[in-house]
Amino acid sequence: MQNTPLFYTFNFYLFGIIAIVSAIVFVTRKSPVAAALWLVNTMFSLAAMYVMLDAPFIGVIQVLVYAGAIMVVFLFVIMLLNLGHPSEIADIRNQRWRLIAGFVGLAMLAEIFVLTRANSVPDLTLARDAAANSVIESGAVGTVATSLFTTYLLPFEITSVLLLAAIVGAVMIGKQRSANAR
Amino acid sequence: MLAEALFFSAVLFTIGVIGVLTRRNAIIIFMCVELMLNAVNLTFVAFSRAYGPSGQIFVFFSMTVAAAEAAVGLAIIISLFRHKQTVNLQHINILKG
Repeated sequence: MQNTPLFYTFNFYLFGIIAIVSAIVFVTRKSPVAAALWLVNTMFSLAAMYVMLDAPFIGVIQVLVYAGAIMVVFLFVIMLLNLGHPSEIADIRNQRWRLIAGFVGLAMLAEIFVLTRANSVPDLTLARDAAANSVIESGAVGTVATSLFTTYLLPFEITSVLLLAAIVGAVMIGKQRSANAR
Repeated sequence: MLAEALFFSAVLFTIGVIGVLTRRNAIIIFMCVELMLNAVNLTFVAFSRAYGPSGQIFVFFSMTVAAAEAAVGLAIIISLFRHKQTVNLQHINILKG
């Protein structure tokens, strides 16, 4: 575990820069579909940053809920309202872009292999702080679950009411009125 | 890494604000709001690293609220689209006197 801080720090910066670049590309895209997919990229980078900040459970939830569920609902609505331009959805980039993508993938793979095996200079390694120690002690889920089900039990239960209200509200607002109801 | 996390968070939040102010598509504006929520979540996680897991709990709740907000907001956008056949906010001015 000695060499993890270098790995963590480097990847934190890397994914932070990726997140900001994808966010800038996201606000400048014309097509809503392209914008949504760039936002998914930002969310994935943020999930990686959460893991680097010793919050692996939040990172997993970020991928599952934000990148997996919320953005799929966004894309679903964009497609439902027929806002995406078909030419921009279906295109496959040319040879040059495929080579660049493959190169980026290989570079990131190599970076992970090198950094997990590297022995960093002892002066560069940071002291493991409270969050990292609690992750080591009680596991990624245990860190969150312990306080979620003791100190924050009431807010947790109220959340279920909120979700129920959101489900009912979304169905009621989005429901197509039938012809005889008018 | 706390200072860097706060820097990244501020930049992402600013990008979200710029998106809300410059775009006219209601769905894209909504996605910019999600980006701003994410930027704040990053701040919470960064602080929870130093001050215990309460920040992570707050991120958990804010994600739940964001999911509920996305469901209801998109339902509103769909019903708005049914009325006006557009999601361009320039053409949605029925409250204008």
